[in-house]
Amino acid sequence: MTKSVLIDKVAERVEGLTRKQTEIIVETVFDGIKEALAKGEKIEIRGFGNFRLKQRKPRKARNPKTGEGVDVPAKRVLHFKVGKALRDALNAQ
Amino acid sequence: MTKADLVDIIFGKVGLSKIESQNIIEMIFDTIKATLVEGESVKVSGFGTFNVKKKNARRGRNPKTGDELQITPRRVITFRASNHFKDMIEKTDA
Repeated sequence: MTKSVLIDKVAERVEGLTRKQTEIIVETVFDGIKEALAKGEKIEIRGFGNFRLKQRKPRKARNPKTGEGVDVPAKRVLHFKVGKALRDALNAQ
Repeated sequence: MTKADLVDIIFGKVGLSKIESQNIIEMIFDTIKATLVEGESVKVSGFGTFNVKKKNARRGRNPKTGDELQITPRRVITFRASNHFKDMIEKTDA
């Protein structure tokens, strides 16, 4: 499913909302999540999952082709943890 | 940030009431959930992709007691942030 199909489905299910309005809302929701995470905030969507940032330490790696050592700087990566309701629904059978 | 904060962000955006805003937030995540439960991945461009992966049964160990046990086959969700989103995060220094 793509974002545009998601917008179609939500627009169908909500009475009195045009597709255009639904599109604005869906974009606003994902932009809002992105902005909050970029500020270092944790996102908790009950029943769905949590998004948070994890710190990766700097490390020395090797270019597998040349064998040369390279320094990988410290960085932040996104971590998604699936919520209990979704995890249970996935494994209901 | 929780669902309540997302409701506040969209509330008033297109003339929605608070209740309508709550409903639509629930509906967005319910639709994504239902799609994933059906085994289909969800791709939100500019944000990222949620994939469903199947895991086979395997032997594990209770780390507390050391007892060996069988881990049942299961489905898990993986999320990959889009390149744009990843770049945004790498620059974060909170």
